[in-house]
Amino acid sequence: MIPLVIHRRFLLSSLLVLSLMTLIVMPFIGFIAIAPHDIFSKTTESSVFWNIRLARVFNSFIAGSALAASGMAFQAIFRNPLATPFTLGVAHGAALGASVYIWIGLGFSVFGFSGEAFFAFFGAVLAILIVYGLSRLKQGLSTPTMLLAGVAVSFFFSSLILFIQYLSDFTQSFQIMRWLMGGLEAVGYGSFLDMLPFVLSGCAIIFYQANELNLLVTGEDIAVSRGVDVKKVKIFLFFAASLMIGCVVSICGPIGFVGMMVPHICRLVIGQDHRYLAPAAILFGGIFLTVCDTLSRTLIAPAEIPVGVITALIGGPFFIWLLLKKEG
Amino acid sequence: MNVIEIKNFSFGIGGKDILRDISFAVGQGDYTSIIGPNGAGKSTLLKCLVRIFAGGKGSIFIKERNLKDYGQKDLARLISYVPQSGEETPPFTVKEFVLMGRYPYLSPFSQASREDEMAVQGALVITAMEGFMERRMSTLSGGERQKVFIAAALAQGAQIILLDEPTTFLDPRHQHDILRIIKKINTERAVTVLSVTHDINHAALYSRRVLALKEGRISFDGSPKDIMNNEKLKEIYEKTFTFIEHPKSGIPIIIPEVE
Repeated sequence: MIPLVIHRRFLLSSLLVLSLMTLIVMPFIGFIAIAPHDIFSKTTESSVFWNIRLARVFNSFIAGSALAASGMAFQAIFRNPLATPFTLGVAHGAALGASVYIWIGLGFSVFGFSGEAFFAFFGAVLAILIVYGLSRLKQGLSTPTMLLAGVAVSFFFSSLILFIQYLSDFTQSFQIMRWLMGGLEAVGYGSFLDMLPFVLSGCAIIFYQANELNLLVTGEDIAVSRGVDVKKVKIFLFFAASLMIGCVVSICGPIGFVGMMVPHICRLVIGQDHRYLAPAAILFGGIFLTVCDTLSRTLIAPAEIPVGVITALIGGPFFIWLLLKKEG
Repeated sequence: MNVIEIKNFSFGIGGKDILRDISFAVGQGDYTSIIGPNGAGKSTLLKCLVRIFAGGKGSIFIKERNLKDYGQKDLARLISYVPQSGEETPPFTVKEFVLMGRYPYLSPFSQASREDEMAVQGALVITAMEGFMERRMSTLSGGERQKVFIAAALAQGAQIILLDEPTTFLDPRHQHDILRIIKKINTERAVTVLSVTHDINHAALYSRRVLALKEGRISFDGSPKDIMNNEKLKEIYEKTFTFIEHPKSGIPIIIPEVE
């Protein structure tokens, strides 16, 4: 297979170069054409470049990295290709929080987080705690229990969201719908700084556990017998990845499929060794979401397609491909 | 010296008692086989020793220190474990997988040291798998895979190795290979072996001591030649057997029944 033939370090350095290129080139692309010399002049173009597009590119990159890294970690600890923090109810928790906020019609902000993001984050944490609590009550973090608990919580929260939408007026209902699609248009450097500590610490924790993740994918019993404190590692990673995603989702909305797709693509190319896979997923996740977001704001410019719609449109067929591949 | 000492140990899963009041000790360098009917608690006993299952009543001492007081990595430096084969295909190459046996000695970002490389090399040599280093685990046959699992456990550098039905599902040649490898580990490296098996003949011919479990209790503990009779085996398996003396070792072995 490819992974061993191509040197992994070469692949990683290429991804790094590609990431830098993405961060530099993508802000230039958009409805208003910006030339390189414009950005240092005192023009509207330069303001669009620095204040809007560059901020947005930073946000999408960091969000993509977080989604991919946490997806990778969840797929490894649950040994299930479809497991992501979304499967475990985090996104639905955040969505419920945001819906409640929109429905009540509050307007406030806490520590630079918008009220909406604050409620969404609270919802995400609630979902995490319920799933964790449920699986603790049963067999203590066994994979099927946790996945099922996540699915159950997601369904329950979805019905609550529908109920809230039913109670809301037309505008609120539209706002909720729009939030559920996910998007990066309303975020600036403030949100970037809000997400940064969560994402940096989350990714660092995941990267730090690369050896443990390698052993976990070979099987829990083997991991234990090799000296991994599996229970502790699983809880640690579960909370690190979930909180990171809770924060990202509460700001960007539930952007689906990135956390599932990106780790798979990286695995195919770079192999299962998480010491290489983790940085690859972090970089490629950033690149992927930034490119998707650029598409979202240019395809039907000046209007925008929500980025969650774009990732889902790519993700749906990918999901089917994954299913068929597993069958064959 | 006793490397394993189990005192009045009981263990249950979901309210069901699996192991009941078990006591025995294993000396340094012993080769012990554990036999017994399905559901007797053999695998559970091994899993309790490496703390895949934690808890239980009574106490277990590893090298005169309570099992509960070990960190998981410290324990892994003393005991390694080869699970029942058949379920897992690690998505790695042989070398990568065996190197992962060095986990208890690695820090998060360190590269493999010379010592790690040597341990891996040694483990692959003793299992005769050096030629397979770059192969992916998914491309190996059941017998080859089992050898790699043993190599990975050996690379762990532990003085005690636990094996759960190491020869089940293998063809006669690989069964023999595996048994010889285990014997070699035991004699050349002085590794203490505790092996669960359904093959009573293998237990009698290869190990120095046989432990039989029945319904979670020890029903026999002694030398192989003392268990090879219908008085003892009927008590354990609720079935009588036909014996014949092995021409080379002189130990009675079981021969297949005619209808």
